[in-house]
Amino acid sequence: MVNKATRPADPFIGQDLWNIQLQNGQLKHFLTIEGLGSDMLTQILDTAESFAGVNESVKKVPLLRGKTIVNLFFEASTRTRTTFELAAKRLSADVLNINISTSATSKGESLLDTLHNLQAMQCDMFIVRHADSGTAHFIANHVAPHISVLNAGDGRHSHPTQAMLDMFTIRRNKGADFGGLRVAIVGDILHSRVARSQIHALNTLNTGDVRVVAPRTLLPKGIEQMGVSVYHDLQEGIKDADVVIMLRLQKERMSGALLPSEQEYFQLYGLTEETFAAAKDDAIVMHPGPINRGVEIASSIADGPHSVILDQVTYGIAVRMAVMSMTLGHNGKREAQA
Amino acid sequence: MTHAAQPEKLIEKLAADLENFLEQRHIKNPIMVGIETGGVWVAEQLHKRLELQEPLATLDISFYRDDFSRIGMNPQVKPSKLPPQVEDRHIVLVDDVLQTGRTIRAAMNEIFDYGRPASISLACLVERSGRELPIQADVVGQDLELHNNEQIKLNGPEPLSWVIKRVE
Repeated sequence: MVNKATRPADPFIGQDLWNIQLQNGQLKHFLTIEGLGSDMLTQILDTAESFAGVNESVKKVPLLRGKTIVNLFFEASTRTRTTFELAAKRLSADVLNINISTSATSKGESLLDTLHNLQAMQCDMFIVRHADSGTAHFIANHVAPHISVLNAGDGRHSHPTQAMLDMFTIRRNKGADFGGLRVAIVGDILHSRVARSQIHALNTLNTGDVRVVAPRTLLPKGIEQMGVSVYHDLQEGIKDADVVIMLRLQKERMSGALLPSEQEYFQLYGLTEETFAAAKDDAIVMHPGPINRGVEIASSIADGPHSVILDQVTYGIAVRMAVMSMTLGHNGKREAQA
Repeated sequence: MTHAAQPEKLIEKLAADLENFLEQRHIKNPIMVGIETGGVWVAEQLHKRLELQEPLATLDISFYRDDFSRIGMNPQVKPSKLPPQVEDRHIVLVDDVLQTGRTIRAAMNEIFDYGRPASISLACLVERSGRELPIQADVVGQDLELHNNEQIKLNGPEPLSWVIKRVE
Protein backbone atom coordinates (compact mmCIF):
# COMPACT_ATOMS: atom_id res chain seq x y z
CA MET A 1 0.00 0.00 0.00
CA VAL A 2 1.17 3.50 -0.78
CA ASN A 3 0.61 6.11 1.85
CA LYS A 4 -1.44 8.88 0.27
CA ALA A 5 -0.02 11.54 2.55
CA THR A 6 3.54 10.98 1.32
CA ARG A 7 2.71 11.25 -2.37
CA PRO A 8 4.42 14.24 -3.99
CA ALA A 9 2.22 17.17 -4.94
CA ASP A 10 1.84 17.56 -8.70
CA PRO A 11 -0.18 20.38 -10.24
CA PHE A 12 -1.25 18.13 -13.11
CA ILE A 13 -2.73 15.52 -10.84
CA GLY A 14 -5.86 15.95 -8.79
CA GLN A 15 -5.25 13.43 -6.03
CA ASP A 16 -4.11 10.12 -7.33
CA LEU A 17 -0.57 9.71 -8.61
CA TRP A 18 -1.43 6.18 -9.66
CA ASN A 19 -4.06 7.35 -12.07
CA ILE A 20 -3.63 5.12 -15.13
CA GLN A 21 -4.49 8.06 -17.37
CA LEU A 22 -1.14 9.65 -16.59
CA GLN A 23 2.41 8.59 -17.38
CA ASN A 24 5.28 10.78 -16.16
CA GLY A 25 2.72 13.49 -15.50
CA GLN A 26 1.55 13.46 -19.12
CA LEU A 27 -1.73 12.28 -20.53
CA LYS A 28 -1.49 8.67 -21.75
CA HIS A 29 -5.17 7.69 -21.84
CA PHE A 30 -8.21 9.96 -21.56
CA LEU A 31 -10.86 8.02 -19.67
CA THR A 32 -12.45 10.46 -17.26
CA ILE A 33 -12.09 14.02 -15.95
CA GLU A 34 -11.71 12.68 -12.41
CA GLY A 35 -8.12 12.69 -11.19
CA LEU A 36 -6.97 15.40 -13.59
CA GLY A 37 -6.02 18.80 -12.23
CA SER A 38 -6.99 22.22 -13.54
CA ASP A 39 -3.54 22.63 -15.16
CA MET A 40 -4.08 19.54 -17.30
CA LEU A 41 -7.60 20.60 -18.31
CA THR A 42 -6.31 24.07 -19.18
CA GLN A 43 -3.51 22.53 -21.25
CA ILE A 44 -6.09 20.53 -23.23
CA LEU A 45 -8.11 23.71 -23.83
CA ASP A 46 -5.02 25.71 -24.86
CA THR A 47 -3.88 23.01 -27.28
CA ALA A 48 -7.40 22.83 -28.71
CA GLU A 49 -7.26 26.59 -29.28
CA SER A 50 -4.29 26.09 -31.64
CA PHE A 51 -6.06 23.29 -33.46
CA ALA A 52 -9.13 25.50 -33.91
CA GLY A 53 -6.82 27.69 -36.00
CA VAL A 54 -5.76 24.67 -38.05
CA ASN A 55 -9.38 23.80 -38.74
CA GLU A 56 -10.06 27.30 -40.01
CA SER A 57 -7.03 27.58 -42.29
CA VAL A 58 -4.95 24.62 -43.49
CA LYS A 59 -7.44 21.91 -42.43
CA LYS A 60 -4.75 19.27 -42.07
CA VAL A 61 -1.40 18.88 -40.27
CA PRO A 62 1.06 15.96 -40.49
CA LEU A 63 1.37 15.40 -36.73
CA LEU A 64 0.03 11.84 -36.49
CA ARG A 65 1.08 10.57 -39.90
CA GLY A 66 1.67 6.82 -39.75
CA LYS A 67 -0.48 6.33 -36.65
CA THR A 68 -3.53 4.09 -36.82
CA ILE A 69 -6.57 4.98 -34.78
CA VAL A 70 -9.45 2.57 -34.25
CA ASN A 71 -12.98 3.74 -33.60
CA LEU A 72 -14.52 1.03 -31.46
CA PHE A 73 -18.15 1.98 -30.98
CA PHE A 74 -20.37 -0.59 -29.28
CA GLU A 75 -23.16 1.97 -29.07
CA ALA A 76 -24.80 4.16 -31.69
CA SER A 77 -23.21 7.57 -32.31
CA THR A 78 -23.09 10.03 -35.16
CA ARG A 79 -21.58 13.25 -33.84
CA THR A 80 -18.95 11.77 -31.56
CA ARG A 81 -17.76 9.09 -33.98
CA THR A 82 -17.61 11.41 -36.99
CA THR A 83 -15.86 14.22 -35.12
CA PHE A 84 -13.31 11.74 -33.74
CA GLU A 85 -12.80 10.43 -37.27
CA LEU A 86 -12.47 13.93 -38.70
CA ALA A 87 -10.09 14.94 -35.90
CA ALA A 88 -7.88 11.91 -36.61
CA LYS A 89 -7.90 12.61 -40.35
CA ARG A 90 -6.99 16.26 -39.84
CA LEU A 91 -3.97 15.02 -37.88
CA SER A 92 -3.09 12.77 -40.86
CA ALA A 93 -3.71 9.54 -38.92
CA ASP A 94 -5.33 6.51 -40.52
CA VAL A 95 -8.73 5.65 -39.11
CA LEU A 96 -10.43 2.29 -38.85
CA ASN A 97 -14.12 2.21 -38.03
CA ILE A 98 -15.07 -1.14 -36.60
CA ASN A 99 -18.73 -1.87 -37.01
CA ILE A 100 -19.43 -3.98 -33.97
CA SER A 101 -22.83 -5.24 -35.03
CA THR A 102 -21.33 -6.96 -38.10
CA SER A 103 -18.01 -7.86 -36.48
CA ALA A 104 -16.82 -11.03 -34.82
CA THR A 105 -18.13 -9.78 -31.47
CA SER A 106 -21.58 -10.72 -32.68
CA LYS A 107 -20.20 -14.17 -33.49
CA GLY A 108 -19.27 -14.64 -29.87
CA GLU A 109 -15.73 -13.29 -29.74
CA SER A 110 -14.91 -11.76 -26.37
CA LEU A 111 -13.99 -8.10 -26.00
CA LEU A 112 -10.41 -8.92 -25.07
CA ASP A 113 -9.97 -11.22 -28.05
CA THR A 114 -11.25 -8.50 -30.37
CA LEU A 115 -8.75 -6.11 -28.77
CA HIS A 116 -5.83 -8.47 -29.07
CA ASN A 117 -6.58 -8.97 -32.74
CA LEU A 118 -6.70 -5.24 -33.39
CA GLN A 119 -3.51 -4.84 -31.41
CA ALA A 120 -1.86 -7.46 -33.62
CA MET A 121 -2.66 -5.17 -36.57
CA GLN A 122 -0.30 -2.52 -35.11
CA CYS A 123 -2.87 0.04 -34.03
CA ASP A 124 -1.88 3.00 -31.85
CA MET A 125 -5.12 4.19 -30.32
CA PHE A 126 -8.55 2.85 -29.42
CA ILE A 127 -11.51 5.20 -29.15
CA VAL A 128 -14.15 3.33 -27.20
CA ARG A 129 -17.85 3.81 -26.63
CA HIS A 130 -19.77 1.19 -24.70
CA ALA A 131 -23.06 0.95 -22.83
CA ASP A 132 -21.29 -0.43 -19.74
CA SER A 133 -19.59 1.95 -17.33
CA GLY A 134 -15.88 1.25 -17.00
CA THR A 135 -15.30 -0.38 -20.40
CA ALA A 136 -12.68 2.13 -21.57
CA HIS A 137 -10.90 1.79 -18.23
CA PHE A 138 -10.94 -2.01 -18.55
CA ILE A 139 -9.49 -1.81 -22.05
CA ALA A 140 -6.80 0.66 -20.96
CA ASN A 141 -5.74 -1.86 -18.33
CA HIS A 142 -5.31 -4.61 -20.90
CA VAL A 143 -3.74 -2.99 -23.97
CA ALA A 144 -0.07 -3.10 -24.96
CA PRO A 145 2.00 -0.29 -23.43
CA HIS A 146 2.27 1.80 -26.60
CA ILE A 147 -1.49 2.05 -27.11
CA SER A 148 -3.61 4.95 -25.87
CA VAL A 149 -7.30 4.60 -25.06
CA LEU A 150 -9.82 7.42 -25.30
CA ASN A 151 -13.24 7.13 -23.70
CA ALA A 152 -15.99 8.25 -26.07
CA GLY A 153 -18.69 7.48 -23.49
CA ASP A 154 -19.11 4.57 -21.10
CA GLY A 155 -22.55 3.80 -19.67
CA ARG A 156 -23.62 6.46 -17.19
CA HIS A 157 -20.06 7.08 -16.06
CA SER A 158 -18.21 9.56 -18.21
CA HIS A 159 -17.77 11.24 -21.57
CA PRO A 160 -14.67 13.34 -21.03
CA THR A 161 -14.08 14.75 -24.54
CA GLN A 162 -17.68 16.01 -24.61
CA ALA A 163 -17.13 17.75 -21.27
CA MET A 164 -13.90 19.33 -22.55
CA LEU A 165 -15.52 20.62 -25.73
CA ASP A 166 -18.25 22.09 -23.53
CA MET A 167 -15.58 23.79 -21.38
CA PHE A 168 -13.96 25.05 -24.57
CA THR A 169 -17.31 26.48 -25.74
CA ILE A 170 -17.86 28.19 -22.38
CA ARG A 171 -14.33 29.61 -22.39
CA ARG A 172 -14.70 30.95 -25.93
CA ASN A 173 -17.92 32.69 -25.00
CA LYS A 174 -17.38 33.69 -21.38
CA GLY A 175 -13.61 33.98 -20.96
CA ALA A 176 -11.03 31.87 -19.16
CA ASP A 177 -12.06 32.76 -15.61
CA PHE A 178 -14.82 30.37 -14.57
CA GLY A 179 -14.91 31.75 -11.01
CA GLY A 180 -17.69 34.23 -11.65
CA LEU A 181 -19.87 31.94 -13.74
CA ARG A 182 -23.19 30.35 -12.89
CA VAL A 183 -23.78 27.19 -14.94
CA ALA A 184 -27.08 25.28 -14.84
CA ILE A 185 -27.33 21.72 -16.19
CA VAL A 186 -30.95 20.86 -16.88
CA GLY A 187 -32.70 17.56 -17.52
CA ASP A 188 -31.96 13.86 -17.40
CA ILE A 189 -28.97 13.95 -15.05
CA LEU A 190 -29.61 10.37 -13.92
CA HIS A 191 -28.69 8.72 -17.21
CA SER A 192 -26.20 11.33 -18.34
CA ARG A 193 -22.48 10.54 -18.48
CA VAL A 194 -22.10 13.97 -20.08
CA ALA A 195 -23.50 15.69 -16.98
CA ARG A 196 -21.17 13.78 -14.66
CA SER A 197 -18.11 14.71 -16.72
CA GLN A 198 -19.28 18.31 -17.04
CA ILE A 199 -19.74 18.62 -13.27
CA HIS A 200 -16.23 17.27 -12.63
CA ALA A 201 -14.72 19.57 -15.25
CA LEU A 202 -16.60 22.67 -14.07
CA ASN A 203 -15.59 22.07 -10.47
CA THR A 204 -11.97 21.33 -11.39
CA LEU A 205 -11.90 24.66 -13.24
CA ASN A 206 -13.31 26.34 -10.09
CA THR A 207 -16.64 27.42 -11.54
CA GLY A 208 -18.41 29.77 -9.14
CA ASP A 209 -21.86 28.14 -9.09
CA VAL A 210 -22.73 24.77 -10.63
CA ARG A 211 -26.41 23.82 -10.54
CA VAL A 212 -28.42 20.82 -11.63
CA VAL A 213 -32.11 21.22 -12.44
CA ALA A 214 -34.31 18.14 -12.80
CA PRO A 215 -37.29 16.26 -11.41
CA ARG A 216 -36.41 13.99 -8.48
CA THR A 217 -36.85 10.88 -10.61
CA LEU A 218 -34.11 12.00 -13.02
CA LEU A 219 -31.49 12.81 -10.39
CA PRO A 220 -29.04 10.23 -9.02
CA LYS A 221 -28.92 9.84 -5.24
CA GLY A 222 -26.23 11.89 -3.52
CA ILE A 223 -25.67 14.25 -6.47
CA GLU A 224 -25.04 17.09 -3.98
CA GLN A 225 -21.80 15.39 -3.00
CA MET A 226 -20.41 16.16 -6.46
CA GLY A 227 -20.39 19.83 -5.51
CA VAL A 228 -23.57 21.09 -7.14
CA SER A 229 -26.69 22.77 -5.85
CA VAL A 230 -29.92 21.02 -6.71
CA TYR A 231 -33.09 22.65 -8.06
CA HIS A 232 -36.40 21.10 -9.04
CA ASP A 233 -37.91 24.24 -10.54
CA LEU A 234 -36.59 25.28 -13.96
CA GLN A 235 -36.97 29.05 -13.66
CA GLU A 236 -35.53 29.13 -10.17
CA GLY A 237 -32.66 26.87 -11.26
CA ILE A 238 -31.58 28.89 -14.29
CA LYS A 239 -32.14 32.30 -12.66
CA ASP A 240 -29.26 34.65 -13.64
CA ALA A 241 -27.32 31.76 -15.17
CA ASP A 242 -24.49 32.57 -17.61
CA VAL A 243 -24.66 29.14 -19.20
CA VAL A 244 -27.67 26.82 -19.55
CA ILE A 245 -26.84 23.26 -20.59
CA MET A 246 -29.86 21.21 -21.68
CA LEU A 247 -29.67 17.41 -21.66
CA ARG A 248 -31.54 14.96 -23.81
CA LEU A 249 -34.15 12.71 -22.21
CA GLN A 250 -32.48 9.32 -22.65
CA LYS A 251 -35.61 7.32 -23.27
CA GLU A 252 -33.63 4.31 -24.49
CA ARG A 253 -32.07 3.96 -21.06
CA MET A 254 -35.29 4.43 -19.09
CA SER A 255 -36.99 1.45 -17.61
CA GLY A 256 -40.09 1.96 -15.51
CA ALA A 257 -42.19 5.06 -15.03
CA LEU A 258 -39.79 7.93 -14.45
CA LEU A 259 -41.94 10.47 -16.25
CA PRO A 260 -45.70 10.89 -16.75
CA SER A 261 -45.32 12.00 -20.39
CA GLU A 262 -43.06 13.95 -22.71
CA GLN A 263 -45.65 16.72 -22.96
CA GLU A 264 -45.73 17.17 -19.23
CA TYR A 265 -41.93 17.12 -19.09
CA PHE A 266 -41.76 19.86 -21.71
CA GLN A 267 -44.25 21.96 -19.76
CA LEU A 268 -42.20 21.73 -16.59
CA TYR A 269 -38.59 21.44 -17.81
CA GLY A 270 -38.58 22.39 -21.49
CA LEU A 271 -36.51 25.46 -22.33
CA THR A 272 -38.72 28.02 -24.10
CA GLU A 273 -38.43 31.77 -24.71
CA GLU A 274 -40.57 32.26 -21.63
CA THR A 275 -38.55 30.13 -19.22
CA PHE A 276 -35.18 31.15 -20.69
CA ALA A 277 -35.94 34.78 -19.75
CA ALA A 278 -34.95 33.91 -16.18
CA ALA A 279 -31.29 33.46 -17.24
CA LYS A 280 -28.93 36.39 -17.81
CA ASP A 281 -29.51 38.51 -20.93
CA ASP A 282 -26.25 37.31 -22.49
CA ALA A 283 -26.60 33.68 -21.39
CA ILE A 284 -25.63 30.93 -23.81
CA VAL A 285 -27.61 27.71 -24.39
CA MET A 286 -25.73 24.45 -24.90
CA HIS A 287 -26.82 20.89 -25.66
CA PRO A 288 -24.60 17.85 -26.28
CA GLY A 289 -27.04 16.59 -28.93
CA PRO A 290 -28.94 14.95 -30.36
CA ILE A 291 -31.69 17.39 -29.44
CA ASN A 292 -35.30 16.41 -29.06
CA ARG A 293 -37.23 19.46 -30.21
CA GLY A 294 -40.34 20.04 -28.16
CA VAL A 295 -39.21 17.59 -25.45
CA GLU A 296 -36.39 19.36 -23.62
CA ILE A 297 -35.92 22.42 -25.81
CA ALA A 298 -38.11 24.58 -28.04
CA SER A 299 -36.97 25.14 -31.63
CA SER A 300 -36.99 28.91 -31.12
CA ILE A 301 -34.29 28.48 -28.45
CA ALA A 302 -32.29 25.74 -30.17
CA ASP A 303 -32.07 27.82 -33.35
CA GLY A 304 -32.07 31.19 -31.60
CA PRO A 305 -29.31 33.77 -31.10
CA HIS A 306 -28.27 32.44 -27.67
CA SER A 307 -27.74 28.90 -28.92
CA VAL A 308 -24.13 27.70 -29.37
CA ILE A 309 -25.16 24.10 -30.04
CA LEU A 310 -23.57 23.91 -33.50
CA ASP A 311 -20.42 25.69 -32.27
CA GLN A 312 -20.06 22.85 -29.78
CA VAL A 313 -19.91 20.39 -32.68
CA THR A 314 -17.26 22.46 -34.48
CA TYR A 315 -15.15 22.85 -31.33
CA GLY A 316 -15.44 19.10 -30.74
CA ILE A 317 -13.03 18.48 -33.61
CA ALA A 318 -10.33 20.79 -32.20
CA VAL A 319 -10.71 19.39 -28.67
CA ARG A 320 -10.45 15.81 -29.93
CA MET A 321 -7.39 16.70 -32.01
CA ALA A 322 -5.81 18.12 -28.85
CA VAL A 323 -6.51 15.03 -26.75
CA MET A 324 -5.33 12.67 -29.51
CA SER A 325 -2.05 14.48 -30.05
CA MET A 326 -1.40 14.86 -26.32
CA THR A 327 -1.96 11.17 -25.61
CA LEU A 328 -0.09 9.83 -28.65
CA GLY A 329 2.91 12.09 -28.03
CA HIS A 330 3.45 10.92 -24.48
CA ASN A 331 6.71 9.02 -24.95
CA GLY A 332 10.05 10.37 -23.76
CA LYS A 333 10.72 13.80 -22.40
CA ARG A 334 10.60 17.19 -23.97
CA GLU A 335 13.78 18.92 -25.06
CA ALA A 336 14.71 22.03 -26.98
CA GLN A 337 15.25 21.94 -30.71
CA ALA A 338 16.82 24.84 -32.56
CA MET B 1 33.85 29.68 -27.08
CA THR B 2 33.01 32.84 -28.98
CA HIS B 3 30.92 35.45 -27.24
CA ALA B 4 27.37 36.09 -28.39
CA ALA B 5 26.83 39.79 -29.03
CA GLN B 6 23.96 41.74 -27.46
CA PRO B 7 20.68 40.66 -29.14
CA GLU B 8 19.64 44.30 -29.72
CA LYS B 9 22.96 45.04 -31.48
CA LEU B 10 22.56 41.94 -33.64
CA ILE B 11 19.02 42.91 -34.59
CA GLU B 12 20.32 46.30 -35.73
CA LYS B 13 22.88 44.60 -37.98
CA LEU B 14 20.37 41.99 -39.14
CA ALA B 15 17.87 44.70 -40.11
CA ALA B 16 20.46 46.56 -42.21
CA ASP B 17 21.66 43.35 -43.90
CA LEU B 18 18.13 42.19 -44.56
CA GLU B 19 17.22 45.51 -46.15
CA ASN B 20 20.22 45.20 -48.50
CA PHE B 21 19.39 41.59 -49.25
CA LEU B 22 15.77 42.36 -50.16
CA GLU B 23 16.90 45.24 -52.36
CA GLN B 24 19.42 43.07 -54.21
CA ARG B 25 16.75 40.47 -54.82
CA HIS B 26 14.20 43.11 -55.86
CA ILE B 27 11.78 41.85 -53.24
CA LYS B 28 9.15 44.40 -52.33
CA ASN B 29 6.47 44.14 -49.68
CA PRO B 30 7.39 40.69 -48.34
CA ILE B 31 5.45 38.81 -45.65
CA MET B 32 7.62 38.54 -42.55
CA VAL B 33 7.03 35.37 -40.56
CA GLY B 34 8.42 34.95 -37.03
CA ILE B 35 8.80 31.44 -35.63
CA GLU B 36 7.45 31.03 -32.08
CA THR B 37 8.74 32.04 -29.62
CA GLY B 38 12.20 33.60 -29.95
CA GLY B 39 11.84 34.18 -33.68
CA VAL B 40 8.70 36.24 -33.11
CA TRP B 41 10.53 38.58 -30.71
CA VAL B 42 13.26 39.16 -33.29
CA ALA B 43 10.74 39.50 -36.12
CA GLU B 44 8.72 42.11 -34.22
CA GLN B 45 11.75 44.39 -34.04
CA LEU B 46 12.86 43.72 -37.63
CA HIS B 47 9.33 44.38 -38.84
CA LYS B 48 9.34 47.75 -37.08
CA ARG B 49 12.77 48.75 -38.37
CA LEU B 50 12.03 47.78 -41.98
CA GLU B 51 8.62 49.49 -41.81
CA LEU B 52 6.89 46.63 -43.63
CA GLN B 53 3.28 47.24 -44.65
CA GLU B 54 2.08 43.67 -44.39
CA PRO B 55 1.29 42.78 -40.72
CA LEU B 56 3.72 40.43 -39.00
CA ALA B 57 2.79 36.75 -39.34
CA THR B 58 3.70 34.11 -36.75
CA LEU B 59 4.23 30.39 -37.04
CA ASP B 60 4.12 27.72 -34.34
CA ILE B 61 5.66 24.65 -35.91
CA SER B 62 4.66 22.25 -33.10
CA PHE B 63 2.27 20.36 -35.38
CA TYR B 64 4.97 19.92 -38.04
CA ARG B 65 7.92 18.75 -35.96
CA ASP B 66 9.69 15.56 -36.97
CA ASP B 67 10.43 14.57 -33.37
CA PHE B 68 6.81 14.51 -32.17
CA SER B 69 6.74 10.75 -31.64
CA ARG B 70 9.91 10.99 -29.54
CA ILE B 71 9.24 14.03 -27.39
CA GLY B 72 5.49 14.54 -27.60
CA MET B 73 3.27 17.56 -27.74
CA ASN B 74 4.57 21.01 -26.92
CA PRO B 75 2.46 22.05 -23.92
CA GLN B 76 2.65 25.73 -24.88
CA VAL B 77 1.66 25.52 -28.52
CA LYS B 78 0.29 28.78 -29.97
CA PRO B 79 -1.95 29.28 -32.99
CA SER B 80 -0.14 30.14 -36.23
CA LYS B 81 -1.14 33.48 -37.76
CA LEU B 82 -0.47 33.52 -41.49
CA PRO B 83 -2.28 35.72 -44.01
CA PRO B 84 -4.80 33.74 -46.06
CA GLN B 85 -2.93 34.49 -49.29
CA VAL B 86 0.70 33.32 -49.37
CA GLU B 87 0.35 32.23 -52.99
CA ASP B 88 3.07 33.94 -55.10
CA ARG B 89 4.19 36.14 -52.20
CA HIS B 90 7.76 36.62 -51.02
CA ILE B 91 8.26 35.35 -47.49
CA VAL B 92 10.98 36.22 -44.98
CA LEU B 93 11.29 33.61 -42.24
CA VAL B 94 12.81 34.86 -39.00
CA ASP B 95 14.22 32.71 -36.20
CA ASP B 96 16.52 33.35 -33.26
CA VAL B 97 18.95 30.42 -33.59
CA LEU B 98 19.73 28.23 -36.60
CA GLN B 99 21.24 24.92 -35.49
CA THR B 100 19.95 21.62 -36.89
CA GLY B 101 17.72 23.20 -39.54
CA ARG B 102 14.80 21.01 -38.55
CA THR B 103 12.69 23.90 -37.30
CA ILE B 104 13.11 25.67 -40.64
CA ARG B 105 12.16 22.53 -42.55
CA ALA B 106 9.00 22.23 -40.43
CA ALA B 107 8.22 25.92 -40.95
CA MET B 108 8.56 25.60 -44.73
CA ASN B 109 6.31 22.54 -44.74
CA GLU B 110 3.66 24.48 -42.82
CA ILE B 111 3.89 27.48 -45.16
CA PHE B 112 3.42 25.23 -48.19
CA ASP B 113 0.20 23.91 -46.65
CA TYR B 114 -1.11 27.46 -46.97
CA GLY B 115 -0.03 27.88 -50.58
CA ARG B 116 2.93 28.19 -52.96
CA PRO B 117 5.00 31.27 -52.14
CA ALA B 118 7.14 32.98 -54.80
CA SER B 119 10.19 32.68 -52.54
CA ILE B 120 11.24 32.03 -48.95
CA SER B 121 14.29 33.74 -47.42
CA LEU B 122 15.70 33.04 -43.99
CA ALA B 123 17.03 35.56 -41.47
CA CYS B 124 18.56 34.28 -38.22
CA LEU B 125 19.96 36.22 -35.31
CA VAL B 126 22.57 33.56 -34.60
CA GLU B 127 23.88 30.74 -36.77
CA ARG B 128 25.78 27.97 -35.04
CA SER B 129 27.28 24.60 -35.86
CA GLY B 130 25.23 21.42 -35.77
CA ARG B 131 23.37 21.39 -39.09
CA GLU B 132 21.56 18.13 -39.85
CA LEU B 133 19.81 19.31 -43.01
CA PRO B 134 21.00 21.22 -46.10
CA ILE B 135 19.51 24.53 -44.93
CA GLN B 136 21.34 27.89 -44.63
CA ALA B 137 20.30 31.36 -43.66
CA ASP B 138 20.37 34.21 -46.22
CA VAL B 139 21.01 36.85 -43.58
CA VAL B 140 22.76 36.20 -40.27
CA GLY B 141 23.37 38.42 -37.24
CA GLN B 142 26.34 36.46 -35.92
CA ASP B 143 28.17 33.21 -36.63
CA LEU B 144 28.83 31.40 -33.37
CA GLU B 145 31.23 28.52 -32.73
CA LEU B 146 29.70 26.39 -29.99
CA HIS B 147 30.50 22.91 -28.78
CA ASN B 148 27.95 20.20 -29.39
CA ASN B 149 27.15 20.08 -25.70
CA GLU B 150 26.47 23.81 -25.46
CA GLN B 151 22.96 25.20 -25.88
CA ILE B 152 22.09 28.78 -26.72
CA LYS B 153 18.65 30.17 -26.09
CA LEU B 154 17.12 33.62 -26.47
CA ASN B 155 15.29 34.90 -23.40
CA GLY B 156 12.72 37.66 -23.73
CA PRO B 157 10.78 39.51 -24.82
CA GLU B 158 11.80 42.50 -22.63
CA PRO B 159 14.79 42.69 -22.53
CA LEU B 160 16.27 40.17 -24.94
CA SER B 161 19.26 38.24 -23.62
CA TRP B 162 21.23 35.10 -24.44
CA VAL B 163 21.45 32.09 -22.15
CA ILE B 164 24.27 29.66 -22.95
CA LYS B 165 24.47 26.48 -20.94
CA ARG B 166 26.27 23.17 -21.04
CA VAL B 167 24.20 20.01 -21.31
CA GLU B 168 25.70 16.65 -20.42
